[in-house]
Amino acid sequence: MPDALTRFLQPIDAFGRYVLLMAHAFRSVGEFRSYRTNLVEQMVRIGIDSIPIVALAAAFSGAVTTVQTAYQLVSPFIPRSIIGSIVAPSMILELGAVVTGFILAGRVGARISAELGTMRVTEQIDALEVMGLNSVGYLILPRVIAGVLMFPALYVLACFVGIGGGMLVAELGGFLSVGEFVQGARDFFQPFDPVFGVIKSLVFGFLITSIACFKGYFTAGGAEGVGRSTTQAAVLSCVFILVADLVLAYTLL
Amino acid sequence: MIQVEHLSKSFSGKPVLTDVSLEILEGETMAIIGRSGSGKSVLMKHIVGLLEPDAGRVLVDGTDINAVSYNELRRIRQQFGVLFQGGALFDSMNAFDNVAFPLRHFTRLSEAEIRDRVLHCLSMVQLPDVGPKKPSELSGGMQKRVALARAVALEPRYIIYDEPTSGLDPQTSNTINELIKNLAAELNVTSIVVSHDMHSVLVIADRAAFLYNGRIHWSGTIEEMHRSNDRELLDFVKASEYQIGPAAVRSSHTY
Ligand SMILES: Nc1ncnc2c1ncn2[C@@H]1O[C@H](COP(=O)(O)OP(=O)(O)O)[C@@H](O)[C@H]1O
Ligand SMILES: [Mg+2]
Repeated sequence: MPDALTRFLQPIDAFGRYVLLMAHAFRSVGEFRSYRTNLVEQMVRIGIDSIPIVALAAAFSGAVTTVQTAYQLVSPFIPRSIIGSIVAPSMILELGAVVTGFILAGRVGARISAELGTMRVTEQIDALEVMGLNSVGYLILPRVIAGVLMFPALYVLACFVGIGGGMLVAELGGFLSVGEFVQGARDFFQPFDPVFGVIKSLVFGFLITSIACFKGYFTAGGAEGVGRSTTQAAVLSCVFILVADLVLAYTLL
Repeated sequence: MIQVEHLSKSFSGKPVLTDVSLEILEGETMAIIGRSGSGKSVLMKHIVGLLEPDAGRVLVDGTDINAVSYNELRRIRQQFGVLFQGGALFDSMNAFDNVAFPLRHFTRLSEAEIRDRVLHCLSMVQLPDVGPKKPSELSGGMQKRVALARAVALEPRYIIYDEPTSGLDPQTSNTINELIKNLAAELNVTSIVVSHDMHSVLVIADRAAFLYNGRIHWSGTIEEMHRSNDRELLDFVKASEYQIGPAAVRSSHTY
C-alpha cells in the first residue's frame, strides 16, 4: 500500500523538484559574471552546431509534404498553387517547430543530461558547490537561456529551408513552378502564423533544455544512472513537446 | 573549529549515520577511518553542507551551516578546499584551467598572477608540466594531485581529503602524505582526512575517529590508538595491509 502511494506521488514530487530547480536557476540570473562564458559556449553548441541537422530535417519534411500534397490533390478543378498554400503554413505552423523540437530533444536534450549526469556522478557538481559556486546558476541557467534564445532562430531557419525544399521538389518534380508555389503561399499567409511558431519554439526550447538539465542534475547511480537520465530526458522532452503543441494550438489559434 | 553534533542520516529508510558527534580543532589533522561503505564520505559531505542531516547539526566556527542562507553557506564554503575521492576535475577543462578555476571565480587577480599561482600549485604537487593536459589524459594518481592543487589554490583554512591515497601506488601515496603534512604544518590548515589506508593515517593524522555501524565507535589520538584494545578497531587496523607494529609507532612519533 505505501508502495502504491509512493508511485502515485512520484511524478508530483518530481514536478515539485523541477519547479524549485528552475526557480533556483532564475534567482541566480544576476550572477552574470559567473555564467557568461558558459552562455556563449552553450549558444554555439545548441544553436550553431545544430544548423546542419535541423536544415536537413526541415528540407526533407518540406519536400515530403509537397510531394504528398500534390499526390492528394490530383483534380483539374483545384489550382496547383494550392500546394504552396498548404505546404508553407504547415511548415510555419507545425513542422518547423516540431521537427526542430524532436531533433533537438535527441541532440541537445540527450547531450545536456549526459553531460550534467556525468558531472553529478563524478562529483564535479559537488566540487563546484564546495568551492562556493552556485552550481545551478553556473550550469543550468546558461543552458536554458541558450535554448530559449537559439530555438526560435533555428525555427526560422527550418521554415525557410523547409519551404525552399518544398519549392525545389515542386519545380524539379514537375508538380508546379516556384512562381505558382509562392503565389499560393502568399494567398493564404496569416501574419500571426510565424508569431505562433516563434512562441512554440520558445516553449519547446525551454522544455527541452530544462527537462534535460533536471534529469541530468539529479542523476544518481553511476554510469547506468547517466544512461537512464539521458534516455528519460529525450523521451520526456518528446512527450512534453507533443502536449505543449496541442495546448498552444488550442489556446492560441 | 568544526563541530558535528548528534548527526543522523538515513537514505530511503536505511540509516547510514547514527548520532555522530565529532570535534575538529583548529590546526589539527583529524582522520575519519572505517571500512568502505561505513559512511565516511557521507559524513564528510555533511561537513561542507552537500548533504542535510536528518537530525543534529554541523557548526563551522560556531555557525550552524544548515541554518544560514544559501549565499551565507557559499561564503563559508569558500574557506574549504575539498579533494574528492575521484578527483572530480572538470573534464571539459585542461589541468591548468582546473586549478585556475577558483582563482578566476573568487579573486580579482590578473591573468599573469593567476598563471603564477597555478604554476606554483602544480609544482607543489610535482606536476609542473601537465597544465595543457585534459583530465582524461592523466593517470588516476595525477588527477588526484591536480585536484589537490585546485583544492589549495585559494589557500583554504580547512582542507578535506576523501581517500587521498586510495588506488595509488606506494610512491605517489607517499608524495601525497608528505603534501598533506606540509600543508598542515606550513599553512596551519585544519585537515580532515577520510581514509581506510592505515599507513597514511598513522603518518599524517594527530587524531582519528573510527566509524563503525554508523556510529563513532572509537576516537582518540594516534598514540591512544596504539594502546587501544578495542576489538572492532583492532580488527579494522589488522585487516589493513599495514599492521601497527613497533616500527609504525616509532615512525608516527617522529612527525
Ligand atoms: N546519495 C546517496 N543516496 C543513497 N545512498 C547513499 C548516498 N550516498 C551514500 N549512500 C550510501 O551510504 C553508505 C555509505 O556511503 P559512503 O559514505 O560513500 O561510504 P564510504 O565510507 O566508503 O565513503 C553506502 O551504503 C551508500 O550506498
Ligand atoms: Mg567514500
